Amino acid sequence: MLTQLKIEKITSDLLKPIRLTKSFLIWMGFLGASLLVCLFAYFLQLRDGMVVTGLGDYVSWGMYISNFVFFVATSLIGMLISAVLSLSGQKWATPLARIAEIIALAFAAVAGLVIIMDMGRPERLLNVFIHGRIQSPIVWDVTVVTIYVLVSTLFLYIPLIPDLKICSEKLEKLPPFARNLYKFLSLNWNNTIEQKKLIKDSTRVLAIFIIPIALAIHTVTSWLFANTSRAGWDSTIFGPYFVSGAFVSGCAAVIIAMYFFQKNYKLQDYITDFHFNKIGQLLALVSLVYLYFNLNEYMVPGYKMKLAEAKHLKELFSGSHALLFWSTQLLGLIIPIILLLFKKMRKSGPLLIIAAFVLIGSWFKRYIIVFPTMEHPFLPIQNVPLNFKIYTPTLVEILVTIAPMILVLIIITILSKIIPIIPIHETIEQLEELEENKK
Amino acid sequence: MSDKQEKPNKNSRREFLQNIGMAGLGSILGGSAIWAGINYDNKKTKNDRIRVLTAQNELVEVERSQVKTIAKSTQETFTYLQQRGRDGIAGKRWVMVIDLSKCRNARKCMEACQSAHHLRPEQHHINVLKMQETENTPAFYMPKPCQHCDNPPCTAVCPVDATFKRQDGIVLIDNERCIGCRFCIAACPYSARVFNWAEPLYSELDKDTVYDVEKNVPQRKGTISKCLFSADRVREGKLPYCVSACPNGVYYFGDENEDAVTNGTTKETVRFKKLLADNGGYTLMPELGTHPRVYYLPPKGKVYPFQDKDREEAAEHLG
Repeated sequence: MLTQLKIEKITSDLLKPIRLTKSFLIWMGFLGASLLVCLFAYFLQLRDGMVVTGLGDYVSWGMYISNFVFFVATSLIGMLISAVLSLSGQKWATPLARIAEIIALAFAAVAGLVIIMDMGRPERLLNVFIHGRIQSPIVWDVTVVTIYVLVSTLFLYIPLIPDLKICSEKLEKLPPFARNLYKFLSLNWNNTIEQKKLIKDSTRVLAIFIIPIALAIHTVTSWLFANTSRAGWDSTIFGPYFVSGAFVSGCAAVIIAMYFFQKNYKLQDYITDFHFNKIGQLLALVSLVYLYFNLNEYMVPGYKMKLAEAKHLKELFSGSHALLFWSTQLLGLIIPIILLLFKKMRKSGPLLIIAAFVLIGSWFKRYIIVFPTMEHPFLPIQNVPLNFKIYTPTLVEILVTIAPMILVLIIITILSKIIPIIPIHETIEQLEELEENKK
Repeated sequence: MSDKQEKPNKNSRREFLQNIGMAGLGSILGGSAIWAGINYDNKKTKNDRIRVLTAQNELVEVERSQVKTIAKSTQETFTYLQQRGRDGIAGKRWVMVIDLSKCRNARKCMEACQSAHHLRPEQHHINVLKMQETENTPAFYMPKPCQHCDNPPCTAVCPVDATFKRQDGIVLIDNERCIGCRFCIAACPYSARVFNWAEPLYSELDKDTVYDVEKNVPQRKGTISKCLFSADRVREGKLPYCVSACPNGVYYFGDENEDAVTNGTTKETVRFKKLLADNGGYTLMPELGTHPRVYYLPPKGKVYPFQDKDREEAAEHLG
């Protein structure tokens, strides 16, 4: 009886955010308006060409490509939290699995758009499919990112099926078409033992499948750089270096999302200090791994100081990019690691601030991986205007870079308004298991 | 028993009536179809017929609908100029030799190239660089075109086959195919590629020009451009634009298979291998394994001193 009461409370608590609120509309209005401004910037780029950006024949990859890497990176967190942690029996991550999956799907799907924004002839995108050449890492990237988006969608959808049924039955004031849609998408879920087993098994299979795919998307993304001979990119550890960095930015994104969902959707009973503490530890762990790869990536060439590498590293360590480099490394990685060692810092408030620094740092980290290398090719840059030698992003470029970020926020917000952000079915299951064990 | 006898009778009567009905309907439909067909045939215009030149050199007219494709030619996806540009010239292996001891930084090569390929002043298919490799080694002028590598990193990374290596060794770009991802720029260690960031200078002028891969004209916004070894000139048996424009005898151009290269200024033809052997020929950054088709002769015994005004710029790259 008590359990039944609890189940009803869980259901109503977790379904509560699924309704239109004034704050939601204001937030969406704000996002929509900002997106329009950014899209206008992209229109200018389409009309006048990429001359509206700060890119040139030498630094021909800049903010857009860094943004792409950042988006692909952040999307990897779905794999870490929903697949790796669940397969290794880490029960604490259950309430966070859906948040992680939504973030993964939103970032991965938008990453595809980010790369289109960098193309000089976006209208010829189909050429990649019609005339694709298997030896180009771009074709590998397009392939694995598409697969990852599809598998992530399934990975979000399949554990969601029982919750969709709950939505169709328990949500009040729902227009009939929405109720029917929930019902249709729940695929006749009846909570039978057979169905439960099906969902459990298929989720497990997907969890196993998604690990190599997620590793592939970011490894291949790192190969866009590592497969060239340029100083700063010509590295054999770029794959694991990027993957470990991806978990850092993804973890930070999940923490920020957790914080706002907990506060705005009143989920204090479901996302607790315990969860913040745990994910804080996870962030510390992945950051330490990333720090280790950073050490390798900068120390090894820094020891040898081969001519081209030396020029690149000097610019980063003490030259024109030193401020950017050191503030990214210190504020976005080293200081957060030190702070995260203290339990006090792993409470929701301080953790939010740390995560914000880490996430911003993660973006700038990609930025300083991409453009400084291009400023130092093997042969001198001569007989060209100054803006070809020193990369300075323009306002249009910055706005176009922000557009996909807004889009991700829109996708996450909308998804959190149509599906329960904490898995209801699984929370109930865990509760029942707990009661069972008590007896 | 009686039942059995009655049924076939009833059926045959019904069938008879049905048959009459069907026949009547059929003849009406058939008649109208024929009438429509005749009408349709009469209405046929010139556009429905196509003129075809037979193997017997006879010009005949057939109906368009009667034409059946037996084999698809590759030229359906490529225009004639594109296909020719991709195939290259059989039996040739073009090479260039640049004699650094003769370069006076006249930049006639750059001018000729830019005007031939309709480039902006900051776009260089060939760029004369002021080089200095170490502090105590001398500075020199070094013209740097695309190296037309035999193992080109740029064509490997192209996702759409917009840049390719031809049988005669030339690396070209097809700007009708290029998606503007600029991966080739990232991959090229010689900084040989340029991009059309804005609308090309002559786009208005070139509006009606048919695109020639071997010249990469007209240039197109949002696509790559690069040195083409003047594939259009080479096809005509002429020397590349830069080679002919040089007043100082810096460039030799020719065919590796014939082991002969011709100096663009003196028009003197010499043995390619011997020229390299006698003068210590080398390639740029051979350690990268790109196997360039552009060879350099060292700046030994320069006839023209390196200018003081250029020293600072040359030293910038020392690191």
